[in-house]
Amino acid sequence: MTTTTGSVRPTAPLKSAAPRLRSPRRRIPGRPRRSILLTVLTGVVLVYSLLPLVWLLISATKSQQGLARSFGLWFDGNFDLWHNIGETFAYQDGVFGRWLLNTLLYVVVGAGGATFLAVLGGYALAKFAFPGKRAVFAVVIGAVAVPGTALAVPTFLMFSKMGLTDTPWAVIIPSLISPFGLYLMWVFATEAIPTELMEAARIDGASELRTFFQVALPLLAPGTVTVLLFTTVATWNNYFLPLIMLKDPDWYPLTLGLDSWNKQAQTAGGEAIPHLVLTGSLLTIVPLIAAFLLLQKYWQSGLSAGSVKE
Amino acid sequence: MPKNSRRLLRGIGLLCAVALGATACGGSDNDSSSDKQVSSADIQAALKKGGTVTVWAWEPTLKQVAADFEKKYPKVDIKLVNAGTNNDQYKALSNAIAAKKGVPDVAQIEYYALGQYALTKQITDLKAYGAEKLADSYSPGPWNSVKSGSGVYGLPMDSGPMALFYNKKVFDKYKIAVPTTWDEYVEAARKLHKADPKAYITSDAGDAGLTTSLLWQAGSHPYKVDGTKVGIDFTDAGAKKYSDTWQKLIDEKLVAPVTGWTDDWYKGLGDGTIATLPTGAWMPANFASGVKGASGDWRVAPMPQWEKGANASSENGGSSLALPELGKNKELAYAFVEYANSGAGVQTRIKNGAFPATTKDLNSSSFQNTEFPYFGGQKANKVFAESAKSVPTDWKYLPYQVYSNSIFNDTVGKAYVSSTKLTAGLKAWQDASVKYGTEQGFTVDK
Amino acid sequence: MTTLQPPAAARPRPAGPPVRRARRSWTGWGFIGPFVLVFALVFLAPLAYSVYLSLFRTQLIGGTTFVGLDNYQQALQDGQFWDGAFRVGLFLLIQVPIMLGIALLVALAIDSGRLYGKDFFRITVFLPYAVPAVVATLMWGFMYGTRYGLVGDVNDAFGVKLPDPLSADLVLASIGNIVTWEFVGYNMLIFFAALRVVPHSLYEAAEIDGAGPWRVITAIKLPAIRGALVIATIFSIIGSFQLFNEPAILQKLAPNAITTDYTPNFYTYSLSFAGQQQNYSATVAIVMGVITMIVAYVVQLRGMRKGA
Repeated sequence: MTTTTGSVRPTAPLKSAAPRLRSPRRRIPGRPRRSILLTVLTGVVLVYSLLPLVWLLISATKSQQGLARSFGLWFDGNFDLWHNIGETFAYQDGVFGRWLLNTLLYVVVGAGGATFLAVLGGYALAKFAFPGKRAVFAVVIGAVAVPGTALAVPTFLMFSKMGLTDTPWAVIIPSLISPFGLYLMWVFATEAIPTELMEAARIDGASELRTFFQVALPLLAPGTVTVLLFTTVATWNNYFLPLIMLKDPDWYPLTLGLDSWNKQAQTAGGEAIPHLVLTGSLLTIVPLIAAFLLLQKYWQSGLSAGSVKE
Repeated sequence: MPKNSRRLLRGIGLLCAVALGATACGGSDNDSSSDKQVSSADIQAALKKGGTVTVWAWEPTLKQVAADFEKKYPKVDIKLVNAGTNNDQYKALSNAIAAKKGVPDVAQIEYYALGQYALTKQITDLKAYGAEKLADSYSPGPWNSVKSGSGVYGLPMDSGPMALFYNKKVFDKYKIAVPTTWDEYVEAARKLHKADPKAYITSDAGDAGLTTSLLWQAGSHPYKVDGTKVGIDFTDAGAKKYSDTWQKLIDEKLVAPVTGWTDDWYKGLGDGTIATLPTGAWMPANFASGVKGASGDWRVAPMPQWEKGANASSENGGSSLALPELGKNKELAYAFVEYANSGAGVQTRIKNGAFPATTKDLNSSSFQNTEFPYFGGQKANKVFAESAKSVPTDWKYLPYQVYSNSIFNDTVGKAYVSSTKLTAGLKAWQDASVKYGTEQGFTVDK
Repeated sequence: MTTLQPPAAARPRPAGPPVRRARRSWTGWGFIGPFVLVFALVFLAPLAYSVYLSLFRTQLIGGTTFVGLDNYQQALQDGQFWDGAFRVGLFLLIQVPIMLGIALLVALAIDSGRLYGKDFFRITVFLPYAVPAVVATLMWGFMYGTRYGLVGDVNDAFGVKLPDPLSADLVLASIGNIVTWEFVGYNMLIFFAALRVVPHSLYEAAEIDGAGPWRVITAIKLPAIRGALVIATIFSIIGSFQLFNEPAILQKLAPNAITTDYTPNFYTYSLSFAGQQQNYSATVAIVMGVITMIVAYVVQLRGMRKGA
């Protein structure tokens, strides 16, 4: 459902049941020859991936007039990036900064909470037999198959009755569910936590909660980082549900705020600010990309440990 | 399915039932508080007492008006919220009304969308507040637009009497005269495109607002509305004038296939490849902010006429402020609406670039003599004010025009991108609108 | 309801110690309870409410009446709905294989160790996933412009006349391109992660037997990551059937090519938002949800059976 994932297209890693895990395959001394041809061919995909981002980066360096008069993939005479960034943060009494903080709040509470729920749930699915276990994931996948746009209004009516609309909770609560995260943690926990270890903890008299926090959670760390990253992206890019739930621009996330700036150019008397929309877009994706780069060691190990050969 | 999971499903079902109980009560009970008359003394008393008024509007000039109003009536707090632009806001409003919670006290509603809320009594008839007395102070087009049956469902905030914006630099360069009729307009289009194959007389990729405004100007009456009885017909003489002329422009590829309000469109207005723009009088502010580079190039002329020597215009866009029935503090809300749309707020808004709907302001010499640096010092308001006087007052929108306009490009749009004729496109639009009206319980007469 | 679950994880592993399934107890609910509770609130309750709504009809004139299954009957005969459903079906058949194919090839290339700077490749190809659909579509919308966009610039520079990517004939392919751009890296990473843990001893054995790189790929690597392929396919199917963001945003640029019923999800949105037809919108969404589940289920059955 689009409402929680933002991007409608989660994909999951796979099946599991590997004998050993977290033992990435060792490169044998006779490593394969590097191939220029293969590098160039793969480079095509790389250029394809980067081209729009390069356009965005270049566009963010242009003034409003510069945008109108210059070629899209090259710089205009003036370099206005810093000026644009300053203006983006100053426009409408600095509301962009507020949106950034809102988004951070939604990510910390929403994506953090979603990760926590997914870890708990995945652990339960992997390590416990309980009544209704088989039904849980089937119901989750079944519900995800129903298009989210049609559920938005019923969700709004419910939240409105509960007095949650126009509050941060209206964005945070739906963000707490990550079906893909649950799936990933299920697979990961199955592999990462040796059942004997849990048994040993229980024999030592540890409670279930204690076993989870002291034995299971540390072992689940790489998978947790991975899920956290995916839920962060989903929350960061969340657009449709906030659009329905929020009226007060003071609670907008970045996506909604940028959208309102973009639409401003389409009404009578509205000020067209394409340069700020573009600079704002760039500022919106930079933190995510930075997070990807900084955390890549963790989440990639999480992914590979979660996806093990058949 | 194993027994246990069935038990689980039952549990979930129970949970849903609880949630449902909380939500499935969306019926409407009519407590008509609007019948009682509200005197100006009542309103004054309410202003003294004070309170909060929540206003949903995307109109930028209201910000200053709200501040001024609060200054004048210190006990009143105006909460101005931009709840989205047009359709986004209407959906938010409908959602809030359905939930019976969080409904604003004042909402900006465009003229073409007002009918639906008026018909379903979701907004308040302002006659009880003495709104009818203001009839003569508004120009005919907007005033007619806020009336539905015998009721008055909003006060006009701004208006969009149409004019022809044209790029004088381009016209001078190719020695083209400013067209005064639509036939001349087609001629000018041919001449321009021949002189510069990259230049077009205008851009149009199918825009319901433009088409209905042109039909309006051509004296067509496609929509007949009498309560819940509706008629739709795009084949009268006025409609034929429009479709014949516009078909020529499309067939000869004389209009740029650029969608309005996109980056391409703004660029086209700036670089001379889109040479004219027939639109509402609210456009100058958008020119000044969106097409900065072409300052001084553009001028304003009266609309080309469908018949030589005629003097007909129409309205394009414009919106009103209305009071949702479920809103609170009605007296205060009305006081604010009157202040913004009829009182001192009008001048404030004009100063910030809005185009008024009040005749007094339209006719004032300071307004008419305002020189627009963007238009090379032209006193453009004279053209607009003249246009406002020439708007036929017998135009009606459908009570579900919001939906109808949303499917314009599904139907009439085909005429812009395929061999479908405009008349066939209009027929398809008519059929789809008839179908929807019938489904919604209207008696539709084709 | 499908039986989609992580196939092996649910079963006890043959080699390792058995999952503790001796004591069936409610302890597990203590851990999954919070998830299920929130899930019920934000997914199941609105879904149940939608099912309830789908049994009614609300008119602007005349109010709400109970109509039983009339809405379903109408949906099944609704040409606008089926046009959209076939369109996303076509999209699915073409875009998903291309997207997953590119993702797989890149994953294999990086995994082969024959690339210069493979870490750079891996992270860069993944980056588009961080871009919100709103921004991604905005960027591509610019590139597609035949007047001022990249297509227009190319036309001017080389004196050619490329077809308009936003014309009615090509716009579906253009949407496919945006979706591909957004998710190639994401799927690539899933495949790459799966490839990384294929035991290397298998390759060595094959290479000793004289198998070339292609033989290694088809005989060893692909079978080893079949689970990843199936799951990626299923989630891509759900994604295709729910196609909404990209056409909805692109519609502002190409209003005549992208109709308000372009995809089933867009149709439900238009019905609900422009048409105030919440009841019928809910019905269409439920019908589409059922179709999605059936297709996903069939793919899962076939994918898991093949050569297993």
